[in-house]
Amino acid sequence: MDIQYVAPRTLDEAVRAFAAAAGAGRILAGGTDLLVQMRNGVVAPGTIVDIKKIGELTSIEETKDGGFRVGAAVSGAVLREHAKLSKVWPGVVEATNLIGSTQVQGRATPGGNLCNGSPAGDSVPAMVAAGAIVTIQGPNGRREMPVEKVPKGPGRLNLEPGEIVVSFTLPPRGKGSSDAYLRMIPRTEMDIAVVGCGVSLTMDGGTCTAARVGLGAVAPTVLLVEEAAKALIGSKLDDAALAKAAAACSAACRPIDDKRGTIAYRTKVAGVLLKRTTLIAAERAGGK
Amino acid sequence: MTTNTPDTANDNKWIGKRTIRPDGADKVTGRAAYAADTTMPGMIWGKVLRSPHPHARIKSIDTSKAEVHPGVKAVMTAKDIVNFPIEKSVMLGIQDMRWMCRNVMAREKALFAGHPVAAVAATTEKIAAEACKLIVVEYEVLPFVIDVEEAMKPEAPILHDFIRFKDKPSNIAGTLEHRLGDIGEGFAKADIVIERSFRTQPVHQGYIEPHACLVSVSDGKATVWSSSQGQFMVRAMCAYLTGLPQNDIRAIPAEIGGGFGGKTIIYLEPLALILAKKSGRPVKMTMSRAEVFHASGPTSGSYSTVKLGATRDGKLVAAQGTFCLQAGALPGSPIRGAAGCAFAPYDIPNVHSFGYDVVSNRSKVAAYRAPGAPIGAYAVECVMDEVAEALKMDPLDFRLKNAAKQGTKAAHGPVYPRIGFVETIEEARKHAHYTTPLPKAGKGMLYGRGVASGFWFNAGGESSAQVNINEDGTVVVITGHPDIGGSRAATANITAELLGIDYKKVSVLIGDTSVIGFSNLTGGSRVTYASAMVVTQSTERVITQLRERAAKIWKIDPDAVVWENGEARPAGDNAGKFEPLSLGQIAAQASATGGPIGAGQQLNTMGAEGGFATHVCDVEVDPDLGIVRVLRYTAVQDVGRAIHPSYVEGQIQGGAAQGIGWALSEEYIFNKDGKLDNPSFLDYRMPVSSDLPMLDSVILEIPNPKHPQGVRGVGEVPLVPPLAAISNAVYDALGRRFYSLPMSPPKVLATMDMAAE
Ligand SMILES: Cc1cc2nc3c(=O)[nH]c(=O)nc-3n(C[C@H](O)[C@H](O)[C@H](O)COP(=O)(O)OP(=O)(O)OC[C@H]3O[C@@H](n4cnc5c(N)ncnc54)[C@H](O)[C@@H]3O)c2cc1C
Repeated sequence: MDIQYVAPRTLDEAVRAFAAAAGAGRILAGGTDLLVQMRNGVVAPGTIVDIKKIGELTSIEETKDGGFRVGAAVSGAVLREHAKLSKVWPGVVEATNLIGSTQVQGRATPGGNLCNGSPAGDSVPAMVAAGAIVTIQGPNGRREMPVEKVPKGPGRLNLEPGEIVVSFTLPPRGKGSSDAYLRMIPRTEMDIAVVGCGVSLTMDGGTCTAARVGLGAVAPTVLLVEEAAKALIGSKLDDAALAKAAAACSAACRPIDDKRGTIAYRTKVAGVLLKRTTLIAAERAGGK
Repeated sequence: MTTNTPDTANDNKWIGKRTIRPDGADKVTGRAAYAADTTMPGMIWGKVLRSPHPHARIKSIDTSKAEVHPGVKAVMTAKDIVNFPIEKSVMLGIQDMRWMCRNVMAREKALFAGHPVAAVAATTEKIAAEACKLIVVEYEVLPFVIDVEEAMKPEAPILHDFIRFKDKPSNIAGTLEHRLGDIGEGFAKADIVIERSFRTQPVHQGYIEPHACLVSVSDGKATVWSSSQGQFMVRAMCAYLTGLPQNDIRAIPAEIGGGFGGKTIIYLEPLALILAKKSGRPVKMTMSRAEVFHASGPTSGSYSTVKLGATRDGKLVAAQGTFCLQAGALPGSPIRGAAGCAFAPYDIPNVHSFGYDVVSNRSKVAAYRAPGAPIGAYAVECVMDEVAEALKMDPLDFRLKNAAKQGTKAAHGPVYPRIGFVETIEEARKHAHYTTPLPKAGKGMLYGRGVASGFWFNAGGESSAQVNINEDGTVVVITGHPDIGGSRAATANITAELLGIDYKKVSVLIGDTSVIGFSNLTGGSRVTYASAMVVTQSTERVITQLRERAAKIWKIDPDAVVWENGEARPAGDNAGKFEPLSLGQIAAQASATGGPIGAGQQLNTMGAEGGFATHVCDVEVDPDLGIVRVLRYTAVQDVGRAIHPSYVEGQIQGGAAQGIGWALSEEYIFNKDGKLDNPSFLDYRMPVSSDLPMLDSVILEIPNPKHPQGVRGVGEVPLVPPLAAISNAVYDALGRRFYSLPMSPPKVLATMDMAAE
């Protein structure tokens, strides 16, 4: 079967082409998931819509209020080169930069990572912790959604037919705020997260005043763990608070036993990573 | 970093030099032609249909729909392959053709998920794949068993009704036993006796190049391009399996992208040959990585029990080992390596070592670097560590006290000549690695150090070489072994040394089966050893000819001519006064003095004495995540003579790296349906380079007295000690012993949690 490839310059054209292809269409960002899946015979698209030629999807802008709008098709390598973004959202950038290798970084995008729908995608827990808002455009126009609402299950998304993820909006940061991401992989690189944990927080005089926790690879979708955040907020990130937040993470896990990790292992490690990630974020935010 | 680089300040100009590898530029620029890189006009593609079931009787195969599918040129099944009846064994090296014919294509039964049942050749890969789906195979699905302990149980599903053990149907296909002294008496004398059981998982060789071949048949004669560890093995197996005589098959070795033993047998070549014969078109076949994992041979999973007895003064008095190895679908697991090498490093008066070869429903085992030996050494060297601890002895001192030496009688048979095992322990003991304290536990991390030793038989066997002097005085050497570990560079070093000429003037080529005499596999750590012998003898004969030619030019007696520094010279003043003649000058006059100059030698080489190594390993353990990382690794090995030290180091480092993977992260994981669940490098976790520290190799040169340059085999010993060295280091860090591999994070954490409870 022949594959049609289109690389429109505008989002409207892309939406049109994607909608026209109906079920047989696939968005191509970096292709580091899509091409692998095509080669393995998992997907066989009739039309490929390449979104890397569209300005809005491939740029990073500061928003008026001091936040950032990151195009869905920006590669990890470009993200890393953005000095200010790396300073303000180090956790989001480090999570995205963990994807694959140097070669993969030249292609892989946060939009692809999210839309691939894997619960183990590395950038997603960091985006969830960051409170990123996703902008989506489809045949019925534009809408926004918190990032944690996008995944529906492994490989499934809460997107309507023809909808494309346009960008991630990261909120402005006050003083004493930072974020971090850690993952557990058996090797040092080229592996899939067995557990991933993103923490974003604000510290004020040694007390944690705001926090969000994202957990990956422990449930059918990446989780926003509000109980863990609650345990951190108002505390001085002392051992008791960290233990409570860690327990909340472990309690939130609904993992599977598979070749990559056991239920017991993932559940325990979720708590361990929460503690470690929180301390890194707090250190970056200016210390406990 | 390499400490103790062998002393090259001796008289040698080329032997021991790190000459530039002849295959390097082609490999880094992508020009080297591997098996899948050859194409031909009119070429079509072959694909294999594989059994989805781990164990099933094949009731019928209907290929009619596939045969009429547009684009399909040929279809084959086991019916097209020569059958070797069960009643009579036909051996080719260590491979039994009864099993090979059933391995390349399922005959009566499909014996593992991935077992070939039919193959198709079509004009495109896609059509061939579609046609495979049109083949209707009627299976009677049978219960299966994969794990070696399960397969040995009396109630286990039986794979082959022709295998009987103690008069009952069984999966135990064979046993092997070594005995020395009387272990009953030995253990009675022991003050300390420790017995433990160990488990390892099947691990794959992990060569980067998947199996591939191109076969063309014309006028009844076949040409096979493929990458293997022996073009003569390819030819012989194709001859057996297709019925063609060997002179009608020409096997051309491609550049090989790794083998580690896994390419000492074939999978695709006979199928492609039959498809090419049927279709009249050249047929290319390649395996995907998933096919490599599902259907080529990893080494055995194992279950071993080892018992050691020692007196209070630290002397081993008795040793007993039982090594049960998973052969996969057909008999032939490496019990000889496990049971034979396990106790070989030590001088123990009473030994009983027993191996079981056990069939089960996974792909047939293939050789993997020192086949079986790492499994045996893992068990023995871990118990050695426990005994040393019980004796309150340093583990290296304990090994030293019991080390085999010249004159020691080994349980597997030989009385050792001069060997260098003691030196490897002494060197490890004084090495800066061993004398530097470990980092102190801190930041949640724990540290540990472990040591282990190992032995491998090494091998000699058949090799052929031809050394030709070109008209311009340069030299071409042809050998019959695929070069996997640097044999071309080593051969060039030796030839240049003996002839006294520049290394760059020597080209070494690997001949195909029609241009060079029979040469056995590149395996058993034998190629540099054996090539050096035939090349040395060929070159010495060439030198005799060169002296004769000079004598003829000078009109003196050949005995009055010596060959020195690449020149013929009169032996002394009595011989007469003549200007020396260079190789170039003699070559230029070759026609006038008797014709082309060159010589060959063919030998069944003997005297490949065993190799020994001692490894030291430091690990860092993250006890909350269960992650073990190797921080520092030092491998000390007696190599006899390092003809090309860089390649020797590469072998040592590669073996240690594979051992680290085996110990920590690699394993075959089967799902509940008996199918391999991790057939990719993503989930079959070989270490990546960032997982490894610099692997330090210490080369010791205690020359093998039976070899012209003193060479011992190098390539396999390095994979023998790592499993235990790492296990012992993890124990040192955690205070808990692990008795099964891999020590993967979930396993480490589960064991830690159990300890905490
Ligand atoms: C060698 C290797 C290593 C890897 N390592 C990691 C790792 O460490 N961590 C990790 O998380 N992942 C890893 N991956 C997976 C992959 O690289 C990431 O998921 C990456 O972020 C995907 O981005 P992409 O732009 O390449 O996606 P694509 O392959 O282009 O797209 C992925 C999916 O999302 C859809 N899609 C893409 N963009 C959009 C959009 N804007 N709107 C709607 N749908 C869209 C595509 O149609 C496709 O279904 C690895 C992959 C490889 C090949």
